[in-house]
Amino acid sequence: MATEIRVPALGESVTEATIARWLKKEGENVAADEPLVELETDKVSVEVPAPSTGVLSKISAKEGDTVEVDAVLGMIGEAAAKAARKEKSAGKDEKAPAGEGRSKAGAKKQAVAGRTVEVRVPQSGESVTEAEVGEWLKKEGDRVEADEPIVSLETDKASMEVPAPAAGIIRKIAAKEGETVEVGALLAEIEAGGDGAAAKEEPALRAAAERAAPAPSAGKPLSPAPRRIIGEYALDPAAVEGTGKDGRITKADALAAAKAKDGAKARAPEPAPAPARETGPREERVKMSRLRQTIARRLKEAQQTAAMLTTFNDVDMSAVMALRGEYKELFEKKHGVKLGFMSFFVKACVHALKEIPEVNAEIDGTDIIYKNHYDIGVAVGTDRGLVVPVVRDADAKSLAAIEAEIADFGRRARDGSLKLEEMQGGTFTISNGGVYGSLLSTPILNAPQSGILGMHRIEERPVARDGQVVVRPMMYLALSYDHRIVDGKGAVTFLVRVKENLEDPQRLLLDL
Amino acid sequence: MTYDVIIIGAGPGGYNAAIRAGQLGLKAAIVEKRENKKLGGTCLNVGCIPSKALLHASELYEAASARLPALGIRAEKVSLDLKQMLKQKDEAVEALTKGVEFLMKKNKVDTFFGSGEIVEAGKVRVAGADGKTTDLTAKHIIIATGSEVAPLRGVEIDEERIVSSTGALSLSAAPKHLVVVGGGVIGLELGSVWRRLGAKVTVVEFLDRILPTMDGEVSKQFLRILKKQGMAFRLSSKVAGVEKLKTKLKVAVEPAEGGEAETIDADVVLVAIGRRPHTAGLGLDRVGVKTDERGFILTDHFRTSVEGIWAIGDCIHGPMLAHKAEDDGVACIELIAGKAGHVNYDAVPNVVYTWPEVASVGKTEEELKEAGVAYKVGRFAFSANSRAKTNHETDGFVKILADAETDRVLGCHIVGVDAGELIAEAVSVIEFGGASEDIARTCHAHPTRSEAVRQAAMGVEGWTMQA
Repeated sequence: MATEIRVPALGESVTEATIARWLKKEGENVAADEPLVELETDKVSVEVPAPSTGVLSKISAKEGDTVEVDAVLGMIGEAAAKAARKEKSAGKDEKAPAGEGRSKAGAKKQAVAGRTVEVRVPQSGESVTEAEVGEWLKKEGDRVEADEPIVSLETDKASMEVPAPAAGIIRKIAAKEGETVEVGALLAEIEAGGDGAAAKEEPALRAAAERAAPAPSAGKPLSPAPRRIIGEYALDPAAVEGTGKDGRITKADALAAAKAKDGAKARAPEPAPAPARETGPREERVKMSRLRQTIARRLKEAQQTAAMLTTFNDVDMSAVMALRGEYKELFEKKHGVKLGFMSFFVKACVHALKEIPEVNAEIDGTDIIYKNHYDIGVAVGTDRGLVVPVVRDADAKSLAAIEAEIADFGRRARDGSLKLEEMQGGTFTISNGGVYGSLLSTPILNAPQSGILGMHRIEERPVARDGQVVVRPMMYLALSYDHRIVDGKGAVTFLVRVKENLEDPQRLLLDL
Repeated sequence: MTYDVIIIGAGPGGYNAAIRAGQLGLKAAIVEKRENKKLGGTCLNVGCIPSKALLHASELYEAASARLPALGIRAEKVSLDLKQMLKQKDEAVEALTKGVEFLMKKNKVDTFFGSGEIVEAGKVRVAGADGKTTDLTAKHIIIATGSEVAPLRGVEIDEERIVSSTGALSLSAAPKHLVVVGGGVIGLELGSVWRRLGAKVTVVEFLDRILPTMDGEVSKQFLRILKKQGMAFRLSSKVAGVEKLKTKLKVAVEPAEGGEAETIDADVVLVAIGRRPHTAGLGLDRVGVKTDERGFILTDHFRTSVEGIWAIGDCIHGPMLAHKAEDDGVACIELIAGKAGHVNYDAVPNVVYTWPEVASVGKTEEELKEAGVAYKVGRFAFSANSRAKTNHETDGFVKILADAETDRVLGCHIVGVDAGELIAEAVSVIEFGGASEDIARTCHAHPTRSEAVRQAAMGVEGWTMQA
């Protein structure tokens, strides 16, 4: 009996998603709840687990396709699994002296065992087109198990590990450490199986499954010219739309896809290729890291796109500090995490965002997209540069949960293990320059968001209260916003509301 | 009698439609009016098949005396037994028409001999030679009545001295001088037959080139080859009239644009200026099936202007070729059966079965120029092909036209031995939307003539390797 794999409900405002990546191929065995496919929405990326155990008999939505909630993604079948089991037992039998029929099966299995499996740079996010080869965890000639990480890649946004698609022996490593590789480029070749014992029944299973349901690429045979172009431009044949007979890819289709890819590359504003000037004796030339390049590019993009300006206010931190002072120990004892200022700021912002929804919106062409979810990016400085992990649905989280999440982000940002999806899809950002002692700054928007709050250092300053000069712990607040959709009134009101929420945290409690 | 579909005409369009109908489980009847009660239409009876029988035999006859000595074979005293040659032709026709009868039975198609007339939509009256009529009804009627020889004004065909292609297939002796009116496929093929069998052949063509619908370069080269073989040509000329004398025919030939006529003596005149749709007696006017001013039935994917009446093959627009009619027939039945029948007229090959052959598919260079399409050309001459060279058959060339930007193959034109077989590769590639590079990167056996196709394809992008 076949089970349908459907797009799960993705959240209130989300009605569709893009297929980011199939983690399984047609014909592969899957266990119930094993992740099958990664979906990307404007909010988050989610993995869809297998609804049952069996064989992924059909993939009906390709990578890159946009699917609606509840659309069928594929099917899990049982029949092929049986076939696979049969094949498996045939594979075992083959150790005994081979008879006529068996030698055939043996030959088949050998062919499978000798199969070369290519390891290619996976698609890791919509905007990521290339990566740098970080470290090879395996050498040529090493044995690897299926799904064992063999190489780490660094992309603009995160580093990731590429697992072996099949068990076997690494026959060839095609990209050296430090080399820049494009998505789809060849990283290594694995001779599937290698020595029979270690290869387990995996290849046999695959062989059976392949016969039962050919892999998508096998269903789309390439004629010679498109094959060359797809190879040369490292295109994904599944993503090239075929206009030939029965949807075959013609040379024209492949050229168009190659052109589109080239075009995309050309559009990405690379740092100006200034002629490398001579470095003086007391100068040092260092290549910008990918992360640094990306930061540079994105900041500049934000400046060029948005009508950005900054409004300021100050906040008296007495109340928050008093509250924190009083409950610090109790809080830590109960929640196992320190009570910092950040959670207050996140909550104060979420509150203000609800009142001024433009600040939580983005411009898309001639439309404004209002986001009815509050995913707050928290800028974290690392020795490699600034990263902005996102606290999802911050409105629904407790102060303790937010504190715990931020602490975890900070730790993982520093050791580089933040995942790409944890840094995508924020709706608003908070940047705390105060930790470095900043008095006042004008933060740059984190595009395509429309607002970013700048926090600064807390210092005791004389202020007038009820006609008296008193000393209070004060902090300047800055809100940079995109004046295209946020009016001055909205921006100022937003900041005043943040200030009020912090000066009188009970407002948060009362939802005022 | 009631059927799902009645097909009028048992030529390649009709009989293939009938077979497909049978395959798809439709109850079909086919109506054929040929008096000798032979199926197969013009193609089998008086067209493709008998002409190929004579072309093949006459070609071997000529080779025996003209080409074998160069290969070290002495075939002395080669002589012509025309009777036997005509007989083997008739036997080939007989065998193949029998084959069609068998196919009708195999696919449970009822055959009715007599002329079919559409009385009204859904009703066909078959008038047999004996005067008896049979009424057949069906939801769908397919007109597959084909085409007939286009007459030449002022020249009456008697099928003895002034003949059409039909008469030219059965001349009792090789004429001393055969004048062929029309430099198209039929004229050049039958002209070749009789030239090989001993006739002096003069082709009179109205236009300034032979094979006027083919690629200009092909016409030019092929003209040169035929002239070398001894065929004479009067281009840009027309036949104003033929005077029948007792011992000879006096053919008045004058310049196409008018001017002084000149008289050529001939024994036989072959009128081969083309064919026209054959729809007389079908009752089209009465049922309201629309035709254009030249008599072609107007269709939209084989649907005529009358619901339930369909038309295919030579009597509708598109190339007048047996294989085109076949494909029409299949597609038409599939549409009737609710399937997605379709014929791609850009991928219909056209072959001239002379020696050497001429074959083409897709667009000509002239057509591309006129349509303003940016294209690239690849050429390869058989004189540089090893197989052609070793066989002493180096006449001709392969020419491939491809889109300048996408490299998609738009046309292929071949003059050369076996061109009719070689063209199949290009037809497939065009049908699949392939590029010249697809041909260039496909392995071709060595040594074969097909390598010339590959080298020409390489030439499109400038990497011909063997010239």
